[in-house]
Amino acid sequence: MDFLSALLKSMPGAAAQGFIWGLMAIGVYITYRILDVADLTVDGSMATGGAVCVMLIRGGVNPWLALLCAFLAGMAAGCVTGLFHTACGIPAILAGILTQLALYSVNLRILGWGTGGGKANQALNVQNYDILVSSRYVREVGLQNPLVLLAVFTAAGIGLLYWFFGTERGCALRATGSNPNMARAQGIDTDSCKVLGLMLSNGIVALSGALLAQYNGTADVSSGRGAIVIGLAAVIIGEVVLGKVFRNFALKLAAVSVGAIIYYIVIQVVLRLGLNTDDLKLLTALVVAVFLAVPYWKGKYFSKPVRKEAADHA
Amino acid sequence: MLEIKDIWKTFNAGTTNEKVALQGVSLTLADGDFVTVIGGNGAGKSTLMNAVAGVYPVDQGTITIGGTDVTRLPEHRRAPYIGRVFQDPMMGTAASMQIEENLALAARRGQKRGLGWSITKAEREEYHTLLGTLGLGLEERMTSKVGLLSGGQRQALTLLMATLRKPKLLLLDEHTAALDPKTAAKVLETTETIVRRDKLTTLMITHNMRDAIAHGNRLIMMFEGRIAVDVSGEEKKKLTVEGLLELFSKASGSDEADDKLLLS
Repeated sequence: MDFLSALLKSMPGAAAQGFIWGLMAIGVYITYRILDVADLTVDGSMATGGAVCVMLIRGGVNPWLALLCAFLAGMAAGCVTGLFHTACGIPAILAGILTQLALYSVNLRILGWGTGGGKANQALNVQNYDILVSSRYVREVGLQNPLVLLAVFTAAGIGLLYWFFGTERGCALRATGSNPNMARAQGIDTDSCKVLGLMLSNGIVALSGALLAQYNGTADVSSGRGAIVIGLAAVIIGEVVLGKVFRNFALKLAAVSVGAIIYYIVIQVVLRLGLNTDDLKLLTALVVAVFLAVPYWKGKYFSKPVRKEAADHA
Repeated sequence: MLEIKDIWKTFNAGTTNEKVALQGVSLTLADGDFVTVIGGNGAGKSTLMNAVAGVYPVDQGTITIGGTDVTRLPEHRRAPYIGRVFQDPMMGTAASMQIEENLALAARRGQKRGLGWSITKAEREEYHTLLGTLGLGLEERMTSKVGLLSGGQRQALTLLMATLRKPKLLLLDEHTAALDPKTAAKVLETTETIVRRDKLTTLMITHNMRDAIAHGNRLIMMFEGRIAVDVSGEEKKKLTVEGLLELFSKASGSDEADDKLLLS
């Protein structure tokens, strides 16, 4: 009974974390599923978003404006990765790793702003500052409960992305990810589409990082470590659980958010069951590896014969 | 319409794999010319086409389309002038997007892509009619993902996309080679219809000598990165496979190339 009540008590927190990371995972979805690029910048831009937001709020800036600035900072990070990749010809994965590494120093500098050096973390006490989402109120009933705003954020984010990817420019991005040869033949500048996609993705990730920092009441330079894996986990869980039902693009994005919430609920359960927190990342990595491997194995060992027509002359 | 002046292209220059693919090719196409291109493997047909499309830059020479020098333009900035259909049916369409979305992408070739809706109601009706002309029933599947279509259907769709906005130049790179004979004939027939209807200036590579003779008003044969045979007008109309082979032997100065060409 104790186990169950403790677990139930932890559910609102898990849901809030899920919403925040779900937003982050939607950013990952844009690069991983739409642009067909595995972008590792997010581990850095997640922390950048948190750092920018916390420092601005501490400096007395309006929290909404601070969120916007975090979003823009993330876009800048994505732009750097995009230029590394397109203008400098660096493979996308390596470009992301380079930016991510560089961001570690940048994030230390942001958090140490005004001290003349770097700093690994900065606190943001909900009593002293105006904060939009805080874990303190996660079990309360009312509008100050962060779940309300987080749900609104997620819905608005999905709505905006649904609109964007339905526009001419959004379609150009999708074509770039689907078939770059075709895109170029139709006059689409695939390089600038990739940069734009990476910017959009990292902006959303940084926004999620900013919300996470507010929620936790602290920005930490290592808060984004392994973010890409959690993002992928959410994308994959969402697809496995809801992929057959959710075919519409907006619903697919919603599935990503649901995937992140499921992920955090499962994490809560295994932690309550006695898993050591230190082993969490190992578990997450293994789960993601298995889920990525399954479709490959399916294709390799259980595939039906493919139409030969095209393959013969390729 | 198309003016190619002395273009050269060498791959892997300075290495043991060096391959001179184009050796000073010059070719001028008049408005409305339909030129078929044949030649054995490695003769430079595809290199010529990719050089015109801007897939890679040429080492030397100039390419002008409709009076615009495109030699230094990247691929996507030449696209406004050029419609393309590739050999690989997978290459010309976006598999994860719908049929109508693919058409809408092609309709905006050469235009600025802004934040307006990617496809309008009027366009849907236009595409419905256009797809109907293919006779493949695609007009009833406009929201299907292109990945679900067969190779022949995808090539027909790509052809429609390439000519949706009348291009100054249509490039067909062995676009029927990966299809079964019946589908290939059908796609070729559609090609002929569209090219005639819109009076498109066309460059069509083919492996099939009979197709090369049957279609177009001019035929060129490439050999070792050069244009070896160039036949047009009445001479082209009277051409037979035997006659073509003879012309080729004379031009290349070797008989062995015959077999290479026939077998390829």
